[in-house]
Amino acid sequence: MKRQRKAKCKKGISIIFVTLVYLFLFLPISVVVVNSTNATTTKPYLSWKGFTFDWYIKLFENDELLGAFGNTMIIAIVSTILATAIGTLGAIGMYKYKFKGKGIIDALAYIPVVIPEIVLGISLLTIFAKVNIPRGMLTLILAHVTFSVPFVIFNVRARLAGYDNSIEEASMDLGANRIVTFFEITLPVLAPGIAGGALLAFTLSIDDIIISYFVYGQTKTYPLKVMESIKSGVAPDVNALSTLILIATIGLVILTQSGLFKKKKEN
Amino acid sequence: MGYIVELEGVNKIYGSNHVVRDLELKVEEGEFLTLLGSSGCGKTTTLRMIAGFEEPTTGSIKVEGEAIEEKEPFERNVNTVFQSYALFPHKTIFDNIAYGLKMKKVPKPEIKKRVTEMMELVQLEGFEKRYPSQLSGGQKQRVAIARALINRPRVLLLDEPLGALDLKLRKQMQLELKRLQRKLNITFIYVTHDQEEALTMSDRIAIMHDGVLDQLGTPTEIYEQPKTKFVATFIGETNIFDGQINDIKGSDISVVIENGYISGRGDGFKTGEYITVSVRPEKLKFAETPQEGFTVPALVKDYIYVGSIIKCIVSLPNGNELKIERLAGEKLPDIGSTIYPYWNREDAVLIHNRDNMVFETIDSITFN
Amino acid sequence: MEKAHSKHNWKSNTLPALVTVGPLTLILVLLVAIPLIYVVVMSFCSIDQYYNVEFKFTLDNYKRLISPDYMKIYGQSLLIALVTTLLCILIGYPFAYIIARTKSKKKRLLYMLVIIPFWTNSLIRIYGWRTFLGNNGWLNSILQTLHITNEPITFLYKQGTTVLGMVYCLLPFMIFPLYTALEKLDGSLLEASSDLGAKPLVTLREIIIPLTSGGIFSGSIMVFIPCLGYFFVSDILGGGNSDVIGNLIERQFQSGNNWPLGAALSIILIAVTLILVRIYKKMGGDMESLGV
Repeated sequence: MKRQRKAKCKKGISIIFVTLVYLFLFLPISVVVVNSTNATTTKPYLSWKGFTFDWYIKLFENDELLGAFGNTMIIAIVSTILATAIGTLGAIGMYKYKFKGKGIIDALAYIPVVIPEIVLGISLLTIFAKVNIPRGMLTLILAHVTFSVPFVIFNVRARLAGYDNSIEEASMDLGANRIVTFFEITLPVLAPGIAGGALLAFTLSIDDIIISYFVYGQTKTYPLKVMESIKSGVAPDVNALSTLILIATIGLVILTQSGLFKKKKEN
Repeated sequence: MGYIVELEGVNKIYGSNHVVRDLELKVEEGEFLTLLGSSGCGKTTTLRMIAGFEEPTTGSIKVEGEAIEEKEPFERNVNTVFQSYALFPHKTIFDNIAYGLKMKKVPKPEIKKRVTEMMELVQLEGFEKRYPSQLSGGQKQRVAIARALINRPRVLLLDEPLGALDLKLRKQMQLELKRLQRKLNITFIYVTHDQEEALTMSDRIAIMHDGVLDQLGTPTEIYEQPKTKFVATFIGETNIFDGQINDIKGSDISVVIENGYISGRGDGFKTGEYITVSVRPEKLKFAETPQEGFTVPALVKDYIYVGSIIKCIVSLPNGNELKIERLAGEKLPDIGSTIYPYWNREDAVLIHNRDNMVFETIDSITFN
Repeated sequence: MEKAHSKHNWKSNTLPALVTVGPLTLILVLLVAIPLIYVVVMSFCSIDQYYNVEFKFTLDNYKRLISPDYMKIYGQSLLIALVTTLLCILIGYPFAYIIARTKSKKKRLLYMLVIIPFWTNSLIRIYGWRTFLGNNGWLNSILQTLHITNEPITFLYKQGTTVLGMVYCLLPFMIFPLYTALEKLDGSLLEASSDLGAKPLVTLREIIIPLTSGGIFSGSIMVFIPCLGYFFVSDILGGGNSDVIGNLIERQFQSGNNWPLGAALSIILIAVTLILVRIYKKMGGDMESLGV
């Protein structure tokens, strides 16, 4: 009896603690969601003036904001594709081949992960200025590829750790050349690691402020647009857009997760 | 010529590591040849060179008379069964087995027909849609074999294919593999470290040791006439005596060892030569008094019962132990008694000692 | 024969190695190594009267680094980072322990719930805190409605608020490695420990913490280092009263327009990073676990 009560008590404390942490994590998000329905029209848009969905309509008239969001998506998609391709190939190459300077490449790959983003941001800014690359979409994409490539490498490498090299040999043994083997065997088996890396790269890209802040030029991303408006107060249409993004991503997660669960069962 | 695989002067060197040395090996068409040795002896490397996963540092490898060192694995008409099975985890059993045919661009209906036949052959009907992770070890093994056989290779290479199975399943699979090989009449080159497996399955065994091919022969030859000390000790149990020839009369040879004299029979030996004498435990006899040519006393120490067999452990004055093997129920000396082991001279195998040079050098040193 | 062999080697090794590792090498050399070296070079450069960078060697930037004003901010920045890291461990460890060792089927969901906030831009979330904590913010409204206080309480623009924002932004980076480490922990070890007479707290001290220390170290690195650079958190929540080193650098590259001085300031961050990574590796930390 005593043991049971003790266990129950422990469980209760655990649940309360976990709930509090989630509350902490979601509190500002709920502020964002609620404020997206605030009827206030005067800066800094803080006091509650009643409930409205107007901002969700006005949002689609705000070309600047939509443009910034479009930039964010373009940069995220392009840089994710590039980083995933470069990172995956790199991780496979580093795993399979021995060559001079491998240790250096390995060490370099850790730098963007551990170094503060601001250092990476200003170093890219100075070099872009030095070689006269105009700041804009191109520099933003290059910067985003740079900081997300290591995350792809680590994810693919984690998958490679449990990888049995002999399945590639088996494939070649059965008549597939290197390229066919890569697409038939290597890539599908590493797919979960690659997908994980790509998802991380995408998430980091759409959330990035610090590095983009130094290399954006005239091409404003959505976070940068928000940063700009913070001084005068963030308008509820920004909150409305954030809410829509949040709903879309959660929907996507539910979709893919349920899909994954089904596949798992089949396996 | 009847040789399907020929290795000539093959060496493999990784950095300072000489893994395979001057290997000469000719494999006959349709035979079951086993490369036997302990881990690191170069047997797997040899297999991988035939498959094309490793390149020989020097030497040539021919399959069906054609040199193939320059060919990629996917251009060679040999297939491999991997130690880890190496099944493709993301493909169904059907797709795993069909892989080789798909690569050859065989039409779909024929793929279906041949895969179905192959699955029957290895008794895997009904598993088409499963994934490798849903199979037991034995089933995975069958898939690996089926997948390697589907391209109808002239030579099948098997790298310790049964190593991961439990004893009972291993025995069963040994018989099945042998049956399959006879039925399909394909040359098998089989790598294992298990001497019993080698003796049961092979037409010929090649024993490798430190990258060198020690002996190539039928299981009987290998067991009855080992050519090196390593082969003698590696295959089956044996008693080993190191000594020096002190007298030769025709084929009868007398050898002096630490505690007395023993005898054997053989040709091509010189008086004064250092040799190794190997006698199987079941050939060992014993008497209460020294026999002609046998003067080594031994103390009976212990008995071990192994099913229908009794092993008797006796120790020599220098501490070395010998094993005598008898069927249960046969008479054996009492523990604690002293006996004189001996044997029929022709039952002993005399082996030139590779360390002869070393001993001769030591002998030539004079002490003041 | 020899020639043919070397050709074969090229085909089977050098070319695939080049194709796979080549693009990565290009990115890492051109966009990581060279820019960082250039920052080091720039930190020794001077500027002309129009704030253009001049390639004239000077140690002035480094001399300015040790001015008392800056020293104060380094200390403050390190203190904020340290407190943030400790708070993240204190909150993150029990939290990760509970969700990693739960037998509930909702484990995946619980883990996803830590990731989901990331999909709302961190800037907006930090601004959400400002809305919540401001003088006219939600918290004050609630407190005043409940008559706990009559005057609004100033929560914002303190070092504490900056720490709160940092903890908020970086807590997940502590939770992820801890979760991975705790999930790998073999449950039978805990049973063995209690079987041998250890009370739960002793098991925690003797078994659980030592076996998950790798997670604590990598989490701490992932929290402490970014903390020194997250200038926007202290901008929005600290209102200039709790600058971190990142704020100093940002100012030199934007309004201050003294790039060489900004570069020299970044060297401090690079040095701190190198030292911490060194210590981390010395303690047996795995670099890989910093990224996944």
